[in-house]
Amino acid sequence: MRSPIGKKVVDIKPSGIRKFFDIVQETEGAISLGVGEPDFDTPWHIRDEGIYSLEKGRTFYTSNSGLKELRVEVSNYIKRTQGVDYDPIKEIFVTVGGSEAIDLALRAMVDPGDEVLIPQPSYVSYEPCAILADATPVIIELKVENEFRLTAQEVLDKITDKTKILILPFPNNPTGAVMGKEDLEAIAKVVVEKDLYVISDEIYSELTYNGKHVSIVSLPGMKERTILINGFSKAYAMTGWRLGYACGPEEIMAQMVKIHQFAIMCAPTTSQYAAIEALKNGDDDVKMMREQYNHRRRYLLNEFERIGLPCFEPNGAFYVFPSIKKFGMSSEEFCTRLLKEEKLAVVPGTAFGDCGEGYIRISYAYSVENLKAAMERLENFISKL
Amino acid sequence: MGIREEILRIIEKNSRIDVHELSVMIGADEIAVANELKTLEEEGVICGYHTMVDWSKTEIEKVNALIEVKVTPQRGLGFDSIAERIYKYPEVTSVYLMSGGFDLMVILEGKSLQEVAGFVNNKLATLDTVLSTATHFILKKYKDHGTILTKKYEDTREIITP
Repeated sequence: MRSPIGKKVVDIKPSGIRKFFDIVQETEGAISLGVGEPDFDTPWHIRDEGIYSLEKGRTFYTSNSGLKELRVEVSNYIKRTQGVDYDPIKEIFVTVGGSEAIDLALRAMVDPGDEVLIPQPSYVSYEPCAILADATPVIIELKVENEFRLTAQEVLDKITDKTKILILPFPNNPTGAVMGKEDLEAIAKVVVEKDLYVISDEIYSELTYNGKHVSIVSLPGMKERTILINGFSKAYAMTGWRLGYACGPEEIMAQMVKIHQFAIMCAPTTSQYAAIEALKNGDDDVKMMREQYNHRRRYLLNEFERIGLPCFEPNGAFYVFPSIKKFGMSSEEFCTRLLKEEKLAVVPGTAFGDCGEGYIRISYAYSVENLKAAMERLENFISKL
Repeated sequence: MGIREEILRIIEKNSRIDVHELSVMIGADEIAVANELKTLEEEGVICGYHTMVDWSKTEIEKVNALIEVKVTPQRGLGFDSIAERIYKYPEVTSVYLMSGGFDLMVILEGKSLQEVAGFVNNKLATLDTVLSTATHFILKKYKDHGTILTKKYEDTREIITP
């Protein structure tokens, strides 16, 4: 019998997180700091709008691109946060989470053999999505001495004739790194010079703790070359609603919507109604959550210093990425032993790329009480090493 | 935003937090935080550090009632002097001046229905300036001071996600 499985898919490595997940599940009484989603419930007024839309019988498909009212709100939001105008009809469409938009952007833009620059450590899906789109992923290894920011030189070093796309994953999961305006200006210069396109995944844009997020689309000449991806999961604690959006040049959006229309049809209708409410009246909720994340972030950094775990100060997302190099163990070994000996689950840095070796990702999307209990366990573990 | 507002937001939810932890969380100097707390206490912005108790989970019986009170305001004193007469009773836990259909909202804590009824009949209703009272007993507290009492937080997220 011939193999039922396509070769391209078989060759893709399964997510390193999945493997670790299975071990954690078997460990009874484990505390986890391994979650990549907010601990807050979706604010009630947002949920209420979702429920209300169901009551009114809004249970049908929306247009492929999503509800016009939502796209108008997205357009207003980008205008008020980044000062950039997007046409809600032609330049914005609604996706099933930011992750669908990543997949679509790659599929719409690359031909076989085109190279996609992927800075790592970063979210797990860029590389597989690039491969599935028949592109060649080219990894840029971000460095702790740059606080895991991307530099223009690092981009230049990897550019070939085939380079077409640069993925820009900031604020970053798993490092918490943020790109400032000057950092982005240097990147933008290279992008224009080398005629590249940018896929900017800004899903954590609302969660920055040292100044407001700057999007690369706000720099001159970049709107034309950038697919801006964002969504509702992190800012409004709406992960399960599966809702995101992509903004970009009409020409590219049209092709992305084409794939979206055949593969997905449209994003969930209930979620779209809830998202309108989030953008209209959710600013205070975001502010409250951001403040609480910031409290926890400062608490963790202080604890790391106390127990002797080196960590650069991350200014975004809800992760810290301390170095465990001094303990002479691989990330995976450290995490496995921490789980076995102290029943504390954190994610090995290697789950986000090979250059995550020597680091662990700790999420602070947990209550302070939870973090305290976890830090006790981490301290116990480290003191024995 | 000064540290004042942030301090208040944190200790409103957790009055037991110590000064060191508070200063770490808001990223401010420990002495500055301690001074600010002292000022807030002196100014009466911080009125106390209470503990929320759900008495219904204990063996101790407590009855709470809301009483709508209509009164005749007194010349030159308005509602203040009658409010003061009422709030001096230790069984009265809160007194608010209200807009709308009645004047004072009096919240009462007693050991039994009889005790509360006795207070209303003998003490409250007999005050000269009190025109009428309407007593509402609280049957169940679902949420109090922003805290849900009927359900515990449960983390239903997947244990590890990217």
